[in-house]
Amino acid sequence: MLDYITSYLRSDTTPGQAGNILWAVVYIFLIFAGLSVAVIAMNWLERKILAHMQVRLGPMRVGPHGLLQPIADALKLLIKEDIMPAEADKFVFWMAPLVVVMTAFTVFVVVPFGATHAVTDMNIGILFMVGVSSLSVLGIVMAGWASNSHYPLIGALRSSAQMVSYEIAMGLAVVSAILMTSLNSAGTGTLSMIGIVQAQQAQHVWFVFKFFPLGMIAFFIFAIAMVAETNRAPFDLPEAESELTAGFHTEYSGFRWSLFFLAEYSAMIAVSSIAVTLWLGGWLRPFSNSLTGDTWEMVFSLIPGLSFLAFAAMCFLGVFRMPKHRAFRMQTMGLAGFGVLLGGIGLLLFVPPVRYRVQDIFWFSAKVAISMYMYIWYRGTFPRYRFDQLMKVGWKVLLPLGIGVLVLTAGVGVL
Amino acid sequence: MAPIATIHYLIVAAGLFVLGVTGVLTRRNVVIVLMSIELILNAVNLNLVAFSRIWGLHGQVFAIFVITDAAAEAAVGLGILIAFFRNKETVNVDEIDLLKW
Amino acid sequence: MQPVATTFFFYFLAALTLAGGVLVITRKNPVHSALALIIALLAQAGLYLMLYAPFVAGVQIILYAGGIMVLFLFVIMLVNLERSQREEQFNKQWLLGIIAATALGALFITIFVRGRAIFPVHIAAVAEESNTQEIGLMLYGNYMFTFEIASLLLLVAIIGAVVMAKKRI
Repeated sequence: MLDYITSYLRSDTTPGQAGNILWAVVYIFLIFAGLSVAVIAMNWLERKILAHMQVRLGPMRVGPHGLLQPIADALKLLIKEDIMPAEADKFVFWMAPLVVVMTAFTVFVVVPFGATHAVTDMNIGILFMVGVSSLSVLGIVMAGWASNSHYPLIGALRSSAQMVSYEIAMGLAVVSAILMTSLNSAGTGTLSMIGIVQAQQAQHVWFVFKFFPLGMIAFFIFAIAMVAETNRAPFDLPEAESELTAGFHTEYSGFRWSLFFLAEYSAMIAVSSIAVTLWLGGWLRPFSNSLTGDTWEMVFSLIPGLSFLAFAAMCFLGVFRMPKHRAFRMQTMGLAGFGVLLGGIGLLLFVPPVRYRVQDIFWFSAKVAISMYMYIWYRGTFPRYRFDQLMKVGWKVLLPLGIGVLVLTAGVGVL
Repeated sequence: MAPIATIHYLIVAAGLFVLGVTGVLTRRNVVIVLMSIELILNAVNLNLVAFSRIWGLHGQVFAIFVITDAAAEAAVGLGILIAFFRNKETVNVDEIDLLKW
Repeated sequence: MQPVATTFFFYFLAALTLAGGVLVITRKNPVHSALALIIALLAQAGLYLMLYAPFVAGVQIILYAGGIMVLFLFVIMLVNLERSQREEQFNKQWLLGIIAATALGALFITIFVRGRAIFPVHIAAVAEESNTQEIGLMLYGNYMFTFEIASLLLLVAIIGAVVMAKKRI
């Protein structure tokens, strides 16, 4: 038994490929926990960032700087009454949030957080990922239809039309990146997520910079399509609050609504991971060509720990700027505790064996985090599209552009 | 239990095919008739892929062509359905009995 | 890598496929039928994976479950008729239809029982790793012409669907 547990530690493949079910389950739990934490963090960050973009403070009351706000919200959602409309189709209404959550979480089976840090490496990885994330539209349509109400139905219709249209542009962009993986001596490309990153490693270039500007245009198409796929601003017509109250989840409340929320954010993380894997070099660190050598390896391996220490420093700065009053004692202590926690994690990341193991995961997460910040930035910046404009952008701009990039990539690749 | 061989897949495919034929022959709703046709096409696909394990990948390639055909068929069929619904306000097969209106 | 519990998964997925098929043709509500069909299609994708056809399974998920079925649901919502659910669901010759389908099923059973000897039991080991590449080579090699015709068919279908569904051209 012990042998079974430790045997995987020496292997250099993912648990799925090594056939080690125990470690696969461990990885699944780790990813699930990490995602949940990421969604909670995103909830807080989105409010704070949006607030600061609009020169507000955002949540400040629950916990220091509103840090406990997401937890308070989660508690509120859990103890809220779970309403089911009388005329709703009970079973479909019940199934819809589950379908959305399942599709949003299933795709993480193939997301490569590092060369061996994935649950499994599928031969059809990217196909699986795009396919399963396209299934989430079914959950949305089910939710909108089962509510038996006008706003959700219109939201669901808009959503299905939008997602099906943008999937095509997305697929074309993905194919042009996959074509780039075949530029090796054997001439064989790959659909496996780990294989795609390894191809970027072997070609010494992130695909976003490959065949300038072709890779960049493909990335640009994907970046727009992925915002539309996840129904986020400026493409959030399915849940446009000024027109449709809340779109497809108008009739949902309490726990079921929070499942939609969870699914939306994990779907955002999922499509961001596709973008990172295909174009931004996955787990590879930046400047892996120009800044080589042991010294640079050392310097870059310090960055994860340093960034956590920087967060801790920000917390302590907050502690000193907190008003010196009795009423703020709890807040100050809480913030200091959070700072100690972050600092502890930072110090842990400096310990040599951890330092080299955790690098891959850190760079991957950092790239995804930048992409998530962009999502919030879009939401704070762009006004919402009109539906006909949305369709026009999808079919008349992104689709021809995608085909053009695909053809040119193929042509340049052959030359 | 016997190990799973090609014949098992063929039996599943045959069952799916019969279900599809039953749906096409008995249902009135055009949408469900179209879905039954999809069932039939899927039964064929399952057969093709099952045989591809014995006689090489040709079956899988054909399965992909069949899926393409299914997409084309669904698009045109549902297009006809929408045009029909706009004129007669019904989706029943046995009420599609006019050549021109 | 050796797959685990093959027998169990086969019977599970096969049962799911057939149950989905039964629900498709018996449900009153077309949306329920569509959802049952989606379950059947996904289970079938699982069967493809068991047959070492990962690429076809992926295409099945993307095109069928993610594309065609969304189209179906979309159209069902556009033509959603409360009235059609209260009407008679089966047409007048349903008995004849069931008899014909049963006869077809009996024919299949006869073929499988009497021709059992000619169906090969042994299954050749298929390379799973290079499946996608081999399909790609075949698609753009042997089946180049068929592939082109399929693309033409899709073009015709797009134009046909637009002409059919648009009010005024």
